[in-house]
Order: sequence, then C-alpha cells, then structure tokens
Amino acid sequence: MKILVNGAWRELKAGELSGVLEELGYGEAIVTTAVNGEFVARGLRLHTPLSDGDRVEVLAPMQGG
Amino acid sequence: MLKLYQETLRSRLLLGTARYPSPALLTEAVRAAAAEVVTVSLRRESAGERAGQGFWSIIRELGVRVLPNTAGCHSVKEAVTTAHMGREVFGTTWVKLEVIGEDDTLQPDVFGLTEAARILCAEGFEVFPYTTEDLVVAERLLAAGCRVLMPWGAPIGSGRGLNNLFALRALRAHFPEVPLVIDAGLGVPSHAAQALELGFDAVLVNTAIAQARDPVRMASAFARAVEAGWNARESGPIEARDFAAPSTPVVGTAFRP
Repeated sequence: MKILVNGAWRELKAGELSGVLEELGYGEAIVTTAVNGEFVARGLRLHTPLSDGDRVEVLAPMQGG
Repeated sequence: MLKLYQETLRSRLLLGTARYPSPALLTEAVRAAAAEVVTVSLRRESAGERAGQGFWSIIRELGVRVLPNTAGCHSVKEAVTTAHMGREVFGTTWVKLEVIGEDDTLQPDVFGLTEAARILCAEGFEVFPYTTEDLVVAERLLAAGCRVLMPWGAPIGSGRGLNNLFALRALRAHFPEVPLVIDAGLGVPSHAAQALELGFDAVLVNTAIAQARDPVRMASAFARAVEAGWNARESGPIEARDFAAPSTPVVGTAFRP
C-alpha cells in the first residue's frame, strides 16, 4: 500500500504503524508519531492499522528556539 | 531563585538551541551561560540520517531541563498535537506553546494560543505561552491555567530588544506575582539587563547568541547582563529626575562667602 511518510509517498508492506516504522528502518530510534494529523502514542503503534493513502509523521528531537 | 511551575532555578537566562554553527558551540554556550533550561523542538526524522538522535544525546549529556516548543504551528490542532508528541519524546509536561498567526512578524495568534492553552492546561501540561504584551490576552492565558507568561520583546530573531516598553511595564505592574519571561527579539546583553531591571523574571535568548560571531563569549555576556539586571532590580534603583543633584556634598564647599 502507498503511505505518505513525512511528506514522501512510500510503497510499504506492513499493515500497522509499528511494522511500518520497522520496515522503514527506524528500529530503536527515539521518535514520536502521528497518523492523519492525530498523535499515536508509542504503546498504540502496534494496534494502529494503516490503509492506503494514510499520512504518517515520524518526528524526532531537533534544535528549537 | 526563579520558580517556573514546580522547578526552582538559579539561572534567569533560558536558551534556545537552534541556529548554532555547530553542536560543540551549542554545548559550550549552554555551559558558558550556566543555563538550566533550553528549548527544543520536533522535526521530521529520516530513518537514514537520524539527525535527531544525535542532537537528543547532546542535550541529555548537558543535564539541563528541556522546554519543548510548538514552533511552526499555525493552528490549535497542530499545536496541541505537537505538544502531545513533545511530551512523549522529551518526557516532560512543560511546553512552550507557540501558535503563529502572521508569517512576517511571527506574531502569535493570540486567539488560537488561548484556546490551545486551555486544552493543554486541562490535560495537565505546564504551559509557557509565547504571547504578545497584551494585558487582556495575558488575563485569558492565566484564566486558562497558565502560571508563567512569555511575552515577546520584539519579533523572533529581530534583535530589536524591548519594542514596547510602555506595554511591557504595564504587563509587569498588572501581574506582579506571575513569572514573566521575555521571549524573543533580544539582540544584545543590554536588552536582557533592561528586561530584568524592569522587573521581568527571566529572558529566553536564541538567535542573538547562536548567530553571534563568538556564541560562547556572547552567552557569557548575556548571563552577566541578566545577573546585573536582576541585582540592579533587587538593589532598588534610584528614580530618574529632570535636574542635576550634586553627588559631592555641598556643605563646606571652599571659596564661598
């Protein structure tokens, strides 16, 4: 299925958010996620199914003012 | 000592972490300033580069408190979602709440800001709202549950200092018990000293230090200015007057009849 990850379309096999993160290579990285503009807590990633056209944001700590 | 929510701090200089020439200079600047609170943000992470992981380990090694921001958010929904994401990653209920209303000045959308503040305070966040000097907005933010306010000195990154002295003085006078942190727009240490002399509790500085030719030395200069301003305030400065008052005693002056 095609998922929009951080603004770029990706063809992915995994069916839920935790699998998608694994497939994309985030592994153990400290990230926080949102699907279609809604925050998805770490503990819920395994239980968050994705479907074609979903928008996923994967964010990490960054410099800020 | 400065009290921000439950945290008691020695330093009245909060630092932003963006726009430094290198991570090493950021680290050195934070140490030179003896800062105890730094602002951080969230950005899209690429699985390949993992830029955020390195940055986060640098911040953790500094052992300072982090204040995650919602920079770049233009709506209540974006800001609230970003606050949730920041809480998860940074493990703190502190949030520097920014809802931007206008792109040229990065002026806060104070309507969105008060709404987002109300939602986040109700959820248990400790909100540091980036606001203007408007008294009525300040009142609404306090009613929403904010216990610290962060009025701008001038637009972010402009280096103009305290643009609206009259209104900032009024804000200080209206809310004598509320910790007020001047956030944004300071350019040189004298601006910071002025803010503390006016009775503001602290300042948050980023660009003026990060973009200085020597950020570490500038961080130290700001720290000294903040300390000087605070000590001056606590020392009870004299009132300005219109005419001279001789500082040398006039009694016993020679060559007088």
